[in-house]
Formats: sequence, C-alpha cells, structure tokens
Amino acid sequence: MSAQTTNSKTEDGETRRDFLYLTAGAFGAVGAGCFAWPFIDSLNPAADTLALATVEVNIAPIEPGQAITVVWQGKPVFIRHRTAEEIEEARSVDVATLRDKQTDEDRVEKPEWLVMVGICTHLGCVPLGQKTTQPKGDFGGWFCPCHGSHYDTAGRIRKGPAPKNLKVPPYKFTNDTTLLIG
Amino acid sequence: MASGERASFKNPVVNWIDERLPVFTLMNKEYGVFPTPRNFNYFWNFGAIAMVMLVLMLVTGIVLAMHYTPHADHAFGSVERIMRDVNWGWMIRYLHMNGASFFFIAVYIHIFRGMYYGSYKKPRELLWIFGVLIFLLMMATAFMGYTLPWSQMGGWAATVITNLFSAIPLIGGPLVELLWGGFSVDNPTLNRFFALHYLLPFVIFAVVFLHVWALHITGSNNPLGIEPKGKQDTLPFHPYYTAKDTFGLSIFLILYLLVSFYAPNMFAHPDHFVEFNPMQTPPHIVPEWYFLPFYAILRAITFDIGIPFTEIVFIPAKLGGVIAMFGAVAMLFIMPWLDTHPVKSARFRPQYKLFLLLLVVDFLILGYVGMEPADAMLFGSIKLLYLGQLCTAYYFAYFIVILPWLSRTEKALPLPSSISEAVLNKHKAKPSPEAAA
Ligand code: HEM
Ligand code: FES
Repeated sequence: MSAQTTNSKTEDGETRRDFLYLTAGAFGAVGAGCFAWPFIDSLNPAADTLALATVEVNIAPIEPGQAITVVWQGKPVFIRHRTAEEIEEARSVDVATLRDKQTDEDRVEKPEWLVMVGICTHLGCVPLGQKTTQPKGDFGGWFCPCHGSHYDTAGRIRKGPAPKNLKVPPYKFTNDTTLLIG
Repeated sequence: MASGERASFKNPVVNWIDERLPVFTLMNKEYGVFPTPRNFNYFWNFGAIAMVMLVLMLVTGIVLAMHYTPHADHAFGSVERIMRDVNWGWMIRYLHMNGASFFFIAVYIHIFRGMYYGSYKKPRELLWIFGVLIFLLMMATAFMGYTLPWSQMGGWAATVITNLFSAIPLIGGPLVELLWGGFSVDNPTLNRFFALHYLLPFVIFAVVFLHVWALHITGSNNPLGIEPKGKQDTLPFHPYYTAKDTFGLSIFLILYLLVSFYAPNMFAHPDHFVEFNPMQTPPHIVPEWYFLPFYAILRAITFDIGIPFTEIVFIPAKLGGVIAMFGAVAMLFIMPWLDTHPVKSARFRPQYKLFLLLLVVDFLILGYVGMEPADAMLFGSIKLLYLGQLCTAYYFAYFIVILPWLSRTEKALPLPSSISEAVLNKHKAKPSPEAAA
C-alpha cells in the first residue's frame, strides 16, 4: 500500500492509523472489563449472606474451664471461659518468640473470655480442643488434626504450618452475660 | 477441513450427504485410511480409552444430574436417594464414582507413555500442551464433583483446597470469599460447583477435539520415536488400530466394571458417606487418590523462604506449598523446552530412561506420603515428612536440572534407519511362526 494519502507517517514511522488502533483497543478492553465485572461480582457474598452478620450469645451457663462453639457467618466461633491458670500461662509467654507476635491482652476484652473464629489459619480446618475429651496440643489450647498446628491458651500459633493466630472476630459484651458477635 | 479431495461412497445416501457436508470423507480420512506407524505397542491404547471414559462420565453424569439436588440441605439426601430408590441409581453412581478413578488411571498411563517415548518433543509440543490442559481441567472437574454429595470428606476437601488461594498475598482473602460466595464453604459454593462440574466436562471435550486435531496434523509418535518415512512404515488406522484399541479397551473396561460392581468403594473413604458438618473436621482428611502426590508436595513445604537467621521472609511456608503444588503441574507444560535432546524414545536413551523410571517411583512414594497423616513416622523413627521433602526435591530436580543436563550430555544409542527396518529385523532375529510358515 502506498502511504501518500491520509496515512501520513511521522518521523519515527508511526501513523494515525496506529493511534486509532491503540485507542480503539484500549476502549474495547475497558468496555470488556466493565461488562465482566457484574458477572464476577455476582459471585461475591450476596445480601442475604451478608445479613447473617451478627449473633447474640448467652454466656451465663459457661463455667470456668468450659468452652462452647457457636455459628457466626457459617463459621464456628470458639468461646472459652478461661481458668486463672490458663490466663497466667498465656500471659507468661515471651511475645518476641512467637510466630505471630501478639500479647494476650491484645486478644481479649475480658481476660476470662477468649472469643475466636475456630478456623485454622493454615487451610481452614476446625481445630480440636473445645471438648474436654479432645486433644489440646502441646500448649494446652487447640490442635488442628489436618496438618498438625498447635495453638496455645490464647489461640496463638505455636507449632505447625499455620502462619497466624486464630482470628478474633469483632465482638462486644452488651451486658455481663450477653455477647454480641459481629 | 472443508475442501480437498472427497472420497466416493457406494451407498447413495451417504454419498448425497457427503457431497453437501463431507463428514464421511472426514471420518474416512482421519479414522479410516489415516496412516499410523505400524509399530504401536499397548501403551498406544490409552488415548482411545481416555476418550471412552470421558463419554462414559458425560452419560452417567447427565443422568445423575436429573436426580441430584444441588442444595446444602438436600444434596446428601438426594445422593442417598439415588443409591436406594432411583431405578439403577446405585449402578449409575458407582459407574460415575469409579469412572473418575479409571479415567485418571488411563490418563496417568497416557502421560507416562508420552514421557517415555518423547511424544512431547518437536513437532508435538502444542499437542502435549493441550494434553496437560486436559489433565488440569480434569483435576478441577473431579475436585468439584467430589464436593457434590456434600459429605464430610468432600466438604472438607473443598474447604482445604479453596483455602489454598488465601495464601496469595493481598488479594487472597477476598478471592476466597469470591470463590465461596460467603464466609465458608456453604450453599452458594455447592451451587456454583455444580454448575461448573456440569460445564467443565464439555470444555474438556472441546480441548480433546483440539488435542486430536493437532495429533492428526503431526501424526502419532511411536515406540521408536523416529518419524515414518513412507508407506512401508505405516498402516491404515482401520482395521489395524481400531481392532487393537477395541481389544485394549475391552480389558480396561472389564477391570473398571469388576471394581464398580464388586468393590465399588475401593477408592472411597468412610467419611465420604457421612453428611458434611462445617463445625467439625474429621480427624484425618485425605484427597482422592489421584491428587495424593500433589498433596504431598503441598505439605512438603513446611519452612519459610527468606534470609536465614533474620526475620525477613519472602515466601511464607503456606504460600510456598501452594506454589510448589501448582509448579509441579507447570513443569509438565514446559517439559518440551527442558528436554531438548534430539532423540525421542527412552529406548535409545538409557540414562533418561533410568531417571524417568526413578521419577515414577518417586511419584508413587509421594502418593503414599500424601495418604498418611501429617505427623506420621516411617519405621517409627523418621518423620515421613522428610521423605516427602526428599521426593519433592527429586521431582523438581528431574525437570529443572536432570532434563537440561541430559539434553547436553547424554549420548544416545544408534537409531534404526526406519520403522519398517526395525520391525523386520526384529522378526529376523526371532523367527515368528508365520514368518517360518
Ligand atoms: C470429566 C468428567 C467428569 C469427572 C472426572 C467427574 C467426577 C466426579 C466425581 C469424582 C464425583 C463424586 C462422586 C462421588 O463421590 O459420589 C462426581 C459427582 C457428580 N457428577 Fe461428575 N464427573 C465428570 C462429568 C460429569 C458430567 C458431565 C456431569 C453432568 C452434569 C456430572 C454430574 C455429576 C453429579 C450430578 C454428581 C453428584 C452425584 C454423585 O456424587 O454421584 N459429572 N463427578
Ligand atoms: S488446616 Fe490446620 S494445620 Fe492445616
């Protein structure tokens, strides 16, 4: 093709047609992205799933040393009424030696109530240790059977493949015996 | 495909159709007279076998889907109903369940065949890549299918595998919620897994079509790994290989049916027959057998990668495991460029053969390690984990170090000058009854 018509070249060989190709391509890509987004976003948690965001728990019947599991957002939440020894054990650890450095004070509102999402931070199994008959691992807290993670009495990771401490969900005490999670 | 020489057919109806849409010409060209190396052994059965298994999975799957309910509250019950109340339901489910296992058996042997005889090498690289893509899609399909009965094993497999993506920095967390459609594996997850489990086999079908198309451009490899030079080196596909494939297929199907009818739960696990409980993980979870070696590679990375003796970590253990697991499959994709040795067949490469057979043993050991609990011991004293790490190291060394190294240094045995010469010499050396007659 001859380049004598509108297709005049600039010094470095670019043509107006190149510019049109690029802008058309850019608009096309942005348009395709805008079109794809609603379909991708539709896979995110729906409004009714999000609406299950809080749950209220009566903690009066839980004796020291006992623990219960409640369901919040489809996930197990561990509520443990810790004994004085368990609190003492959790607080006597040198934080600098931990994988995920957090003091026990950072993880609780009231020392005797430990509230955590009961999902191993490795690959999502539910650790054992809620029932008195279950293994509690080497640090008296929880033990994940899937790949062998050990958590202490503050739910902090001490041994095994999990990278993080058990997550603390947002929660507050609405009165002395009621806990609102979420 | 459309133009070109048309075959002529005696049957006027066939001829009439063929003039308008040359499907019969196509079938005849690709499966009738198609020139095929004359020296295939039984390893060459497994492509056809895999194809038949795919069709069987489609047929059994579509009928199962007519009775199955993809809802967290009803899925387990609907599968139990299939087993007890639906006419022939037990048989169709067992054929589907064991069909997945036998499909993987066929495909693993098929892949080994490709590696042993160098079928991934020029000019068949793209053909090989389509094959690895099929393998990857099969893994995704089988994984999602396994969650559908909403069992303890299936549900927790889904939990652990989707959580792998949480290891990706920054976007990991939101990405996993996107996969789940919630905050845990729940009804939205089941629903989309069902939709995808229905879709992906058809995508596989399309990629198989491309795979076979590419095959018919380059032609088949063969046990000698040298290309046919003329008519004397090939046979028409029909009746020679249609007959040989039918024979191999029959044996394979007999084994598949024996397991499906007489030991249908051979590959299954008791926790796969208990309904999913998101509040309680079974004490020992394992994936389906065909994932075990990759699962062992995932678990072998228990250490952070960073600057030693400092707190600086580039790749935390969890991410490292995920990278290693996907990397193990990625190795297959790039294999044509890792092994650049000009000789294809392992028959003429004694060193390559040795390392490849070691890789097979290595893969089987990885499978064993993947099956055992994470803290298991070997002979009561050595951590099984170390064996897993050793085997993982060999797996990667094979691809990244050994293949490129052998490509440069290995001296191959002399190749025969043609397929026909090699075949005829073999018969001269050992006179067969018909040669004597
Ligand atoms: C690549 C082909 C396929 C593979 C590898 C595959 C694999 C699997 C596996 C491993 C299961 C779990 C079986 C069990 O433990 O009970 C399953 C279940 C299921 N599959 Fe497939 N599948 C394939 C194709 C299909 C197709 C095309 C459909 C049709 C829609 C389908 C529909 C189903 C249904 C409804 C179930 C749940 C019922 C059951 O568990 O038996 N599958 N699939
Ligand atoms: S999921 Fe808990 S250790 Fe892997």
